[in-house]
Order: sequence, then C-alpha cells, then structure tokens
Amino acid sequence: MVGAFLLTVFAVVPWLIHVSGRWDFYYTLTSVALLSIASGGVWLTFYIGRINIGQGAFALAGGYVSAILITKYGFPFWLTLPLSGLFCAALAVLIGLPILRLRGVYFAMITLVLTEVARLSALALPITNGARGISSIPLPGELSIFGLTLIPAFSTLGNVKLAFYYLATVLMVVSFAGLYRLVNSRVGHLCRSLQQNEELASSFGVNIAALRIIAFAISSFLGGIAGSIFVAISQSIYPASFPVNDSINFMLNCFLGGLGYVFGPMLGTLIIYFGWDLLFTTGQYQLLIYSTILILLIVFLPNGILSLPVFNRRGAGQ
Amino acid sequence: MSALLEIWNLTKRFGGLTAVGDVSFAVEPGEILSIIGPNGAGKSTLFKLIASFLRPTEGKVLFKGETISGLAPHIVARKGVVRTFQETTIFKNMTARENVVVAHHLRTRTNLWGHYLNTPTARQDEAAFHESAAEILTYLGLGHVQDEVARNLPHGYLRALGIAIGLAAEPEVLLLDEPFAGMNHDETMKAVEMVRGVRDRGITILLVEHDMQAVMRISDRIVVLNFGQKIAEGTPAEIQNDERVIEAYLGHADAEIGV
Repeated sequence: MVGAFLLTVFAVVPWLIHVSGRWDFYYTLTSVALLSIASGGVWLTFYIGRINIGQGAFALAGGYVSAILITKYGFPFWLTLPLSGLFCAALAVLIGLPILRLRGVYFAMITLVLTEVARLSALALPITNGARGISSIPLPGELSIFGLTLIPAFSTLGNVKLAFYYLATVLMVVSFAGLYRLVNSRVGHLCRSLQQNEELASSFGVNIAALRIIAFAISSFLGGIAGSIFVAISQSIYPASFPVNDSINFMLNCFLGGLGYVFGPMLGTLIIYFGWDLLFTTGQYQLLIYSTILILLIVFLPNGILSLPVFNRRGAGQ
Repeated sequence: MSALLEIWNLTKRFGGLTAVGDVSFAVEPGEILSIIGPNGAGKSTLFKLIASFLRPTEGKVLFKGETISGLAPHIVARKGVVRTFQETTIFKNMTARENVVVAHHLRTRTNLWGHYLNTPTARQDEAAFHESAAEILTYLGLGHVQDEVARNLPHGYLRALGIAIGLAAEPEVLLLDEPFAGMNHDETMKAVEMVRGVRDRGITILLVEHDMQAVMRISDRIVVLNFGQKIAEGTPAEIQNDERVIEAYLGHADAEIGV
C-alpha cells in the first residue's frame, strides 16, 4: 500500500504527465502536496481536541521569513526552509501559551482572528514591505554539502515545475511519515487522551500544557515550511497570499478526509482541490454545488471519507 | 511516623462565598478516610483542593511533609497523590485497556522523544503496561471487557474503570470522588470490597462520598463537613453518635443514621 503510493507519486504521476503533456498538472499537484502538509498540521491540532482555523497565519509567516531572509539577508533558500518552520514553531509556542487554554469555539475564533492579524501585520510592519509585498525572489539555489551537490540550482534545471513537484511531494511524504509515527506512539495516544478529557490526562501525570504546545508547534512548523515553498514557487509574497479562506480550507481538508485518520488531510486536500476545479464547468453554480456536496459529506460521513468501509480493511492510519 | 497527607487550615472562597472554611485534618498511611457531608457542604471543593485541581485561598496541603497545594495537578500526581473522577470521566473512544495503558504514563522510563522514536525502552515499557493494565482490569473485575470501547461499557463498569486508571499511576494516596454514587445496595457492597482491596495493595485512600451506609462500612475514620466547616472527625462509631452530625444530616436529633 505504501509502496504503491510512493510509486504513484514519484514515478507514475510524472510519467503520465510526461506522456499526456499536461505540464500544468505539476503545479496543481505541487499545490495539493503543500496544502496537505499545512492541513496535516491542522489535523494534529484537531487530534488534541482544538479546532485550528489559523494555519494561514503560519503559512504567511513562514513565507515572509523565507522571503525576507533570501532577499534582505542573502540566505540560501535551503536554509530558510527549516528556519521558516522553526520561526513558526517558536511563534506558536508564544501564541499558544495563552490561547491553548481555550477550547472549542473560543479557540477556533481566536485562531481565525490570528489569520487576519497575520495579514494586517504583513501590511503594517516595515520589514514586510506593506501591500507591495516582496517579489522577484530568486529560485532556490544549489544545495551542497562539502562540495557535493545534493540538489542543483533550480534555475539551471530544464524543468523547474518537476523540481518543485519532487520537493513538495518528498516533504509531504516525510511530514506524513512523521505524523504517522507520532500518532502510533505513546505521544499520539496522549494526544488522543487530551482530545477526550484533559483533566483526566493530567490526573495521571500528563503535562497537558506542554503537550498542547508541542502539538501546536509541530502544526505551525508544517504550516511554515509549506508557506516557505509556496513563496519559492511563486517567487513572491503579499499580505493577501494566505487569506482566511485558506485557513478554512485547511480545516475542511481535515474534516473531509477524516479527523481520526492521519492520512485524512492528504486525501481531503486532493479531493477539495480537484473537486473545486472540476466544478468550474458549472459556472455560476460552482459555489452552490460545492457547498452542498460538502454539507452532505459532513452530515452523512461525519468521520470523513477514510471512514468508508472500503478503506478500513487494513487500517488507513490507525 | 507522621501523617501521609496533612490538610492545614484549608480555605476556599469563591467571591463572597466560603465553600471550604479553615478545614484541617490528617490522613495516616494505609487508612481509608472518608469525607462526608450534606449536599453543598463543600466536599467536592475540598476534594479538588486536595488533588490540587483548585488553588486554596488560604491554608495548605502537605504530602509527606512537602507542600503540594498550588502545584499543577500533573506534578501532584507525579508525587504520588492521584485522584479519580466520577464515572462519566473516562476516555470514551478508547478500549478499557487503552484507557489504563495510557494512564501508566508516570511509569515510562523514557521521554516523549524516546516514545516517538520507539526505542527499545519505549517498546519494553509499552509491553509491560499492556500486561499491567490487563492485570489491573482483571483484578477489578473488568478482565472480560478489556477490549471493549469504553463508550459501550455498562455504567456499572465505568467506576471500576476510573479506579483502574487511578491505579495505573501507582499512587501512594488515591482520592476517590463519590465511588458509590448511583449504585444499588449490592453494587455498593461489591464496590466497597473493591476499594478495600485497593487499600490492601498498600494504597492510602481518601474518598468523598454521599452514601452513608457505604461510608460507615468502609471507613477507618470519617471527616464530616457542613457549610464548608469541619464539624466532626472520628471513627464510624463516633460519627454515628455525634449530635452535630445527626443534626446536620437530618435536621433533628432523634433520627438514626447509617447501618
């Protein structure tokens, strides 16, 4: 199952695109991979029982960290990628300390506001260059260790789209493998216990405040690196690059795939992204049909698409 | 040997209301001590204060001579004072065994990284916890339902599951929150035996309870609260004959309480 998935992502899809000549699909699938990384983070906050509608803020912050470090300080992209994630994780610790005490709709509202705060900060701060944003960001350069080139400079490559596709999908696979390991370890069991009853968890010695912060920091880390790569692809970032809509979509991706399944957000992102595009032909009814389908899915499949029996013969995630 | 748990002048005020006022008593190692009182006497507040789920306005709680009041609940649990909850507080979406396995948290010999990386120590720990959880559940009469999802368990089993979760933390003092509430006579008698069994494992027990009969039967000593004040402390026999207790409970002195 895992082998088939990896083969599809890394070999079959590129081959199909090559044969069909639909190069634009690289861009689409790269976006899906990056959005699912960010959604994977949101999923983890769901897993500790928090509705997170703030991932757009961290994607934006990660994007800006990368853009600023590259354009103003001459950092190589490959260094800014982890740094943007770490910056967002640190930011999540600071923000999370007060707000993770909240639950339910209160936490959701605060995180929703966070997305707007991030946009307004990007408009207001001197370093982010206001509404003009940061553009003409160079493509990722060469990544080499001790003179050994691991990844060639993207500008020298004949097919930049393919390079970004591989970058995004490799990170997606690594991120979800990491999440899968987490969910199936004691850490994941503790997250699940937090989701169900925090007081009970603390009664047998779990430092619930610390665990909430860790989960939120990992979530934001994933949002940050996804944002950073988006910036590298579009070579620009603006305060409106990750609006509230994105934050809501990250959450919907998790709902649709299934909150109980670690691979849910990946499937959810794929379906929502393509579903929306496929409905494009319905013109003015696109939003109406899209929303109706989403509502029906949430009503009739509250545990997500991965709860369908067809996926549960041999555990999809857990 | 000094007392295991000492409660000194514990006071909790909510705004103008004094829920618990200047309560002091001590719990000796190996005993079963019950806190009783009519509705609204401040039992639950006192319970939460002792387990450090609430911060006292005044006074303190000492465990083995060390102040534990004001510490975070998970720190207090780490020191050996563990509380249980009423029956609806369990992990409903886990099986009975998963509930107890996860509750072995304090016994892990590695940190979260070790668990994440699934080190040999982490694997040994988890295997040992599964065995220990099965043992605890069997001991409390839940052996045959350990793989049921807790949500589907009959009510009668949930209280025992709550105690199993508490035992998994290997406490020195186990605080039980109304362990007999809502039980009929037979169930109560069984539960009384179960709690005695837990004490016989060397665990000191402090419980808050409403059910007079059960309390009289199980307790070594009893502390009686009324309107947040301690009005009596003593053996079940002493309490049964205490004028003030009878008055607090029944409003008039000629009634008989308990067994």
